[in-house]
Amino acid sequence: MLVKKYDVAVIGGGPAGLAAALSAKEREPGLTVAVIERDKALGGILQQCIHNGFGLHYFGEELTGPEYANRFIERIKGSGVDVYLDTMVLELTPERRVVCVSAANGLMAIDAGAVVLAMGCRERTRGALNIPGTRPAGVYTAGCAQRLVNMEGLMPGKKVLILGSGDIGLIMARRLTWEGAKVVLVAEIMPYSSGLNRNIVQCLVDNGIPLKFNHTVTNIIGKERVEAVTVAEVDPRTRLPITGTEQTYECDTLLLSVGLLPENELTSAAGIDIDPVTNGAVVDETRQTSLAGVFACGNVLHVHDLVDNVSDEATLAGRAAAEYASGQASRQQTYAVKGVNGVRYTVPQRVHAGLDGKTDIYFRVGNAYRPATAVVRCGDTVIAKRRKQIMTPGEMEKITIDAALVTGDLTVGLEEVNPS
Amino acid sequence: MKTQEMICIRCPMGCQLTVTQDENGYSVTGNTCRRGEEYGIQEMRCPMRVVTSSVKVTGGQRPVCSVKTAQAVPKSEIGAVLGEIAALRPSAPIHIGDVLAGDIAHTGVALIATAND
Repeated sequence: MLVKKYDVAVIGGGPAGLAAALSAKEREPGLTVAVIERDKALGGILQQCIHNGFGLHYFGEELTGPEYANRFIERIKGSGVDVYLDTMVLELTPERRVVCVSAANGLMAIDAGAVVLAMGCRERTRGALNIPGTRPAGVYTAGCAQRLVNMEGLMPGKKVLILGSGDIGLIMARRLTWEGAKVVLVAEIMPYSSGLNRNIVQCLVDNGIPLKFNHTVTNIIGKERVEAVTVAEVDPRTRLPITGTEQTYECDTLLLSVGLLPENELTSAAGIDIDPVTNGAVVDETRQTSLAGVFACGNVLHVHDLVDNVSDEATLAGRAAAEYASGQASRQQTYAVKGVNGVRYTVPQRVHAGLDGKTDIYFRVGNAYRPATAVVRCGDTVIAKRRKQIMTPGEMEKITIDAALVTGDLTVGLEEVNPS
Repeated sequence: MKTQEMICIRCPMGCQLTVTQDENGYSVTGNTCRRGEEYGIQEMRCPMRVVTSSVKVTGGQRPVCSVKTAQAVPKSEIGAVLGEIAALRPSAPIHIGDVLAGDIAHTGVALIATAND
């Protein structure tokens, strides 16, 4: 078996992996850095996200997904970072050996000084929802349809019903309409959308596509191909279908946009602690996991709404990985950060004591609150407060703390709020 | 006086705007930045959108290449723009930023490639 040594090995060549590799190289130019990508090209899922709206925060302009990815790919080219394409990582050991396989090199091991996990996420499928009915062709995840249309030039169907109003589902509703398909309905089981408001406007409202909240799919009909889909209203408290509200929509395609799951098989197998809410690793403010020298960033850590935030997070992780690989690891004590009172989770879940400067804590709320005040407490002391007109589960929130004030475990919670 | 409620689409924040029209023109409230004000007024006068799509490519590595209008086009022209995009058959190689049509559907706006193929 071919064995190589790198100071920093980055698993995944999407937006998180690219930004982490560049950041590691920038922090310590003398280090050797490798990116390992299973696809034939860099860029990850951005390559199929051909709509615009990326990069407003990071680059100060609106880019499409491929354009955003290309900014990083061009920088990687001249950076001295080694890229292994078409290479699948099979195992990460606690000793930071990355075992991978490719047609070019066969089985290969990379012994790394530090590892950055940037594998992204995958979509929840029909199996995760247990939708009853027959099993005909024509049931796709929204991201799969997106790849077919935008990269392979193939249309998945002509008459489409979409379950779930996440951003990919909304974007695909418009995309399929623009390619000549008829989108008959977007059904959302929750009383709100997990997608961005702007996407409801520019994808659904602009194209006259109906959206029904508190509705879900209760049956898929069709032998060889989807022929119709039954949709029923749900009780908002139980989310169970209400008998007698069923409506059947004739269509040949059902798209599922029902959530993303961080792809953490490698992480779990390495014995790294996983947060049961995010399904990603438990990390400190440098994005270091419970296994020293292993860092995580991007959608493998927690699902982001905006790639700009992924790039920021990966920059932190890459820098910290470079510092670890060059022997500058911090050995100070960490304290827990916990979401309470309407806050479902926080990233990071741990913070070091005795730091200078500011630390950003990202979090998501479990309901729509308007207005909402987020409060960070260390014991009984309030160390940060942020008020917003509205906080919704669909949007990741951020609160910044003064790192020097961390002298014990922290809680992040909402106060003086009215759920709406 | 006429008022219209709308959600700003200029950035992911999605501010809830109220645009009021009176004898002095339009005024916007609810926005948190200048772009929101511009959007609200533009949306009342003539809604504009950037169109993103893909074109079939001859001789490329991939069968299709993604494209966008270099600037926003009137919302009412989106159908015409998509019709012209569907008829285009550029040949590889294509690079990000290449102009594939100088004036798409008589909008005065160029159609440019957003990927390499």
